[in-house]
Order: sequence, then structure tokens, then C-alpha cells
Amino acid sequence: MNFIDYYKILGIDKNASESDIKKAYRKLARKYHPDLNPNDKEAEKNFKNINEANEVLSNPEHRKKYDKHGKDWQHADDIERAQKQHNSSRQQGYQSYSGQSHTEDDFSDFFESMFGGQRTSGSRQSHNQVQFKGQDFNAELQLNLTDVYTNESQILTVNGKKIRLTIPAGIENEQVIKISGKGGPGVNGGPNGDLYITFNIVNNTKFKRYGNNLHANVDLDLYTSLLGGDIMVDTFSGKVKLKVAPETQNETKVKLKGKGFPIYKKEGEFGDFIITYHIQTPKNLTDKEKELFTTLQKLR
Amino acid sequence: MAENHYILVKTICVQYNVEPVFLDDLHSMGLLELITVENNKCLHQDTLSDLEKMIRLHNELHVNLEGIDVVFNLLKKVDYLQNQLVKTKNKLEFYEK
Repeated sequence: MNFIDYYKILGIDKNASESDIKKAYRKLARKYHPDLNPNDKEAEKNFKNINEANEVLSNPEHRKKYDKHGKDWQHADDIERAQKQHNSSRQQGYQSYSGQSHTEDDFSDFFESMFGGQRTSGSRQSHNQVQFKGQDFNAELQLNLTDVYTNESQILTVNGKKIRLTIPAGIENEQVIKISGKGGPGVNGGPNGDLYITFNIVNNTKFKRYGNNLHANVDLDLYTSLLGGDIMVDTFSGKVKLKVAPETQNETKVKLKGKGFPIYKKEGEFGDFIITYHIQTPKNLTDKEKELFTTLQKLR
Repeated sequence: MAENHYILVKTICVQYNVEPVFLDDLHSMGLLELITVENNKCLHQDTLSDLEKMIRLHNELHVNLEGIDVVFNLLKKVDYLQNQLVKTKNKLEFYEK
């Protein structure tokens, strides 16, 4: 654990009065409060930090220890006892505290080592509020695009509990759905918290998704593009036969209505499938072909 | 609302240590929907998380009722913009691939 400068966290100097601390804390709390910064992990971390700083510095006894012993302030009593009882070995005893190595992620442990884990988390600590509704949970779920083409049933394990979930077809990438009552248990018979699931949709198909529409490029040989004809095209739900109009130009787009992606929570409704033709010109022409193309060229 | 699960305002006030007048004020400002069931004022459990947020803003950040109204309106806008951002990102991905 690195030394945490609570004064620096609150942006005040060491001679700050109690009201300065209060003022600084309130200002930063308004900036980083989790309710004002939903889904912002950085703000949540900052809010935790300023809370810790405030809880230490706003308590005169803790502040005194912190000012006197700096990074070892949480062991102030032990240090002083050790100094009294073991005069000869006090240096060694002291070093055993200062020699600790921690990371910044242990911030809460740093705090709890002093306060014995009396805090809970986030914004709900130390304000003597009785919690009623349970804690909300956040989870991420990764699915393939093919999985969300139809309604998908999944069994999730959240905090050791299995939750059966039916994911409606057509869910978007990064879409969040709320499952009421599947969060933490309520307090004193209150309702459970909610579960928020963020969907991460991975597209490994040759189709591109744009809202409810699907897009794909289709190669078309020169002769079909010039003279027209029938081709087979892959759609998300299988192959379809498609009529190509004569004299189709390169990059022509064709829309297949209702062959796109299912529309979220609209049973039986689909977006469109948009095809872009890419005309492939023949390669490695034979002498005969060259001759015929030259004839064609002369005709134009 | 998912199901008819109402909680008595009286119970909420005891649990959260708030005065009933606070909930009445939130209701009169249109921030909270209170329903009277058999002469008892109640709150639907789905709105409980909003109420919790309002209590935290009021108690922890000393935001008054007008401020809570402003914050909630802005949070709604943030939520809308975040959804737009997700949609735009997905569209952008379409052109980048």
C-alpha cells in the first residue's frame, strides 16, 4: 500500500481547519458522488478515496495520529506501545510496519486495517442509514450475433444463485437490461436489488449489422451483371434465390425486405437485408476472349 | 410496473429515517409518485431506488428539493445521451469494419 496523502486527496493543506475539511469534502463529494456519475468507475473510486480522507481527517483523534505517524498512523498505538516496552528493539519493530508493501488497489484495506472493516461501500457508509432495498448488481454477458438472432435462453450464476434468463432476439451491442429483484437481498424484508446486464455482442459473421438491418457484399460475375440472371445469396436465415437485373452496375444496392435482423421485442418483425453487388471482371483472358472483347469494344 | 408491490410511506420513513413531509414534498414536486391504498399512502417498490437516490442526494450532498429535480432531469438526459452514444458507436463500428 502506498502512502495515501489524505490532505492531497481533499486538496487542502496540513493546517486546514475542520470547516476547510468539511468544505473540501462536500465540494468533491458533489463532484464524484456515484448517484451523479452513474456507471463511472473512476468517479466511484475517487468518491471512495475522498470518503476515506474525510473520515480520517474529520476525526480529530485519527487526524492527530495521521499527522504524527504519516503512513504508519494506523499502527500508532502499537508503535507507541512497542517503543515503551521494547526500547532496545524498537527500531526493528518500527521497520516491520514501515516495510509493508501495498498497492493502490488496497485502499479500502488500508482504511479497514484501522477501522476494522466498519465501512460498507460506495455512498452508503457511515451515514447511519438503514438499507432497505438490496444492492444492485452489474454483470456483463458476451454473446455471438448468431445467438441473438433468436430468443436465447441462458442460465447465469450471479453471487452463487442460478438465474434463468430469456434474452429477446435483436438485442443490441452494449444494451443494458434490468432484471428486477435479482440483485442483493433486501434488508428488513425489503425488496431485493436489481440485476443490470450489459450485453457484449460479438459479430463473427460475414454480415454487418446496422441497427436492425444487415448488410453484405455479394460478388457478381461480369456476364450476370451485364445480361441479368438468377443467383443464390446467403442471408442470416438461409439461402435465397435472387433475380439480377440486366446491366447491373458495380456497387448497386438491393434491399431484401424483412430479411434483416429481428427487431427487439417485436415478435415476427425484422429489419432489411441490404446487398451491395461487387462486379468481378474476368482474369487471365484467352486470345479468343480478347478478340471477342475487342469486337465488343468496336461495337460501342 | 412489474407487480403490485406497495410499501407504506410510514414504513419507509422509519427505515430511512426521513420525515413523511419529505416524501410529501417530493410528491408535490412531481418527483415521486405516492398512491393511497385504503387510506394509507404508499410507494411502489419500483420507485424505491429513485427515492433512495433522492435521500442520498439530500442527506449526503445537502441538495435541496429543487436541486434534486434539476439533478434528476440532467441524469435523464445523461442516460439518453449514453444510449445515443452506444447506438452511434455501433453504427461507427459498421463503417470501420
